[in-house]
Amino acid sequence: MAAFRAQGLAKRYGNVTALGGVDLEVAEGELVGLLGPNGAGKSTLVKIACGLVRASAGTAEVAGAPAGSPAARGALGYLAELFRFPGWYNADELLALHQRLAGSEGGEAERAELLDLVGLTEARSRKVEDMSKGMQQRLGIAQALVGRPRLLFLDEPTSALDPVGRRTVRRLLEELRRRGVSVLLNSHLLSEVELVCDRVVILSKGLVVAAGRTEELARPRGVEVDTDAGTRLFDSARREDAPRIVAELVAAGEKVYGVRVLETTLEEIYLEAVEGETS
Amino acid sequence: MRGAVIVAGYAVQESVRRRVFPVVLVLTLAFLGLYSFGVYKAYQSIDPGSTESVGNGDQLAIVDTQVLFSATLFGLSIFAVLFLGTVLAIFLTHAVVRGDAERGLLQPLVVRPVGRAALLAGRFGAAALVCAVYVVLVYAISLFVMHWVTGWWPDQIVVPALELAAAVAVIVAISLFGSIFLSAIANGIAIFMVFGAGLVAGLLGQIGEALNSDSLNTIANVSSWALPFEALYQDALNGITSETAGFTKVALSLGPFGGAQPAGAWLWPYVVAYLAALGAVGLWAFNRKDL
Repeated sequence: MAAFRAQGLAKRYGNVTALGGVDLEVAEGELVGLLGPNGAGKSTLVKIACGLVRASAGTAEVAGAPAGSPAARGALGYLAELFRFPGWYNADELLALHQRLAGSEGGEAERAELLDLVGLTEARSRKVEDMSKGMQQRLGIAQALVGRPRLLFLDEPTSALDPVGRRTVRRLLEELRRRGVSVLLNSHLLSEVELVCDRVVILSKGLVVAAGRTEELARPRGVEVDTDAGTRLFDSARREDAPRIVAELVAAGEKVYGVRVLETTLEEIYLEAVEGETS
Repeated sequence: MRGAVIVAGYAVQESVRRRVFPVVLVLTLAFLGLYSFGVYKAYQSIDPGSTESVGNGDQLAIVDTQVLFSATLFGLSIFAVLFLGTVLAIFLTHAVVRGDAERGLLQPLVVRPVGRAALLAGRFGAAALVCAVYVVLVYAISLFVMHWVTGWWPDQIVVPALELAAAVAVIVAISLFGSIFLSAIANGIAIFMVFGAGLVAGLLGQIGEALNSDSLNTIANVSSWALPFEALYQDALNGITSETAGFTKVALSLGPFGGAQPAGAWLWPYVVAYLAALGAVGLWAFNRKDL
């Protein structure tokens, strides 16, 4: 059973179409990156999945239950793009509240584990209002993980984090994959998505315009060879052409120092898919 | 039910730990201090053992000065208690749905399995409880201050306190309902205006009663049904001198807090039905709301 499945999912706000019929599936334990320009419908999709927004058409299921139903909400964790926690709570109290709301029986051990996972052990008694934005974002991720959800929706989870914080989140995502948690990661940081996600889905104007593994979506851009005469680009060559090119160069008396098979990067795939669209 | 209790616990914590609480505490202490001082000084300026005679010969009427003084000033305190309770109710509830959603506070709670009905019920229960306890406490303190200074007890003590508690619960419900549709500031302003409109309608009713004006009485009656906190307030005011008779009652009815009318036996069932209807429509709208 898929952790998340959307079929023909559409959402209209008056005359504006936020989603125009999206089909999307996240398998058990899969980490899927959701990409797209501002206004592409990424957050709307996630909000429908979480039961925050009602779909105009189509269906969405979380762990086999209709999105928005108590069973679906019980199976997911969610970190919104724009979120705030009550400033008067400390980190431990906030997680305790969400344990009660989620029906988690993890108790103090679960809270301690989650705070450790996001690097906030030392800040467990610190009030939210005294935390930096980055700390609040990491606390938000810990909150989303309360109750051991099967599926995690993370909407721009690293937008307020510094490079160290981002690496912490990356490691956290890898740990979640190891534990078999499915993740739908909505992010603008392509390098981050490329590093951790099994698959990417690119939305543009409410429609899926590209989907698949990065290497599946990538197109060859030639082979680059470093020789004693300089760097030479064979732009129509593919990976399987590399041995032949090297052999020919050596036979021609050139010294070969390095060979690189070039492919389009995720950034290029993305820009091509959204055709330069921006918000 | 369990979800509503969890949300209510969260909301009670919030009401006590937010910065609004010290403000309400200071306002309350200021009111009680000024009220106590005012009652004490004003009572010194009258002769409490005396009765005022109005008229002459066979038409002589007696006004009990102590009752007139005490009931009028206690009526003032009931108004102040309701006002402070309303301020608290609005602060606790004006931003619960749309305001909190716009700030990103609501979404992490709503995605949890407890659901929207529990969230609304818990929020209502907590705010109504906090406000009810608050008004009953301040009502009781002002009553004891009055008794300590003048030795007077109102004709009814418990029922007016319960009616004030119910009145703030109605304001909590209206404010929560408004928060589904309006942004925080707009809702806060709207509820204060609704509260003011209710009180003005009540005053019009009192004037209508004195002038025997059907039009003013109709306006007051319709307002009391539409905004039952006003009917509860009027009934509470009426209750404190419900057994006072004679010219003292007439003199009281001419004052700003003495002309209140009893609301009748249907008041309580109507208030319950009103809250239930408001809750049902509010939940329907909340369930359809995109966050």
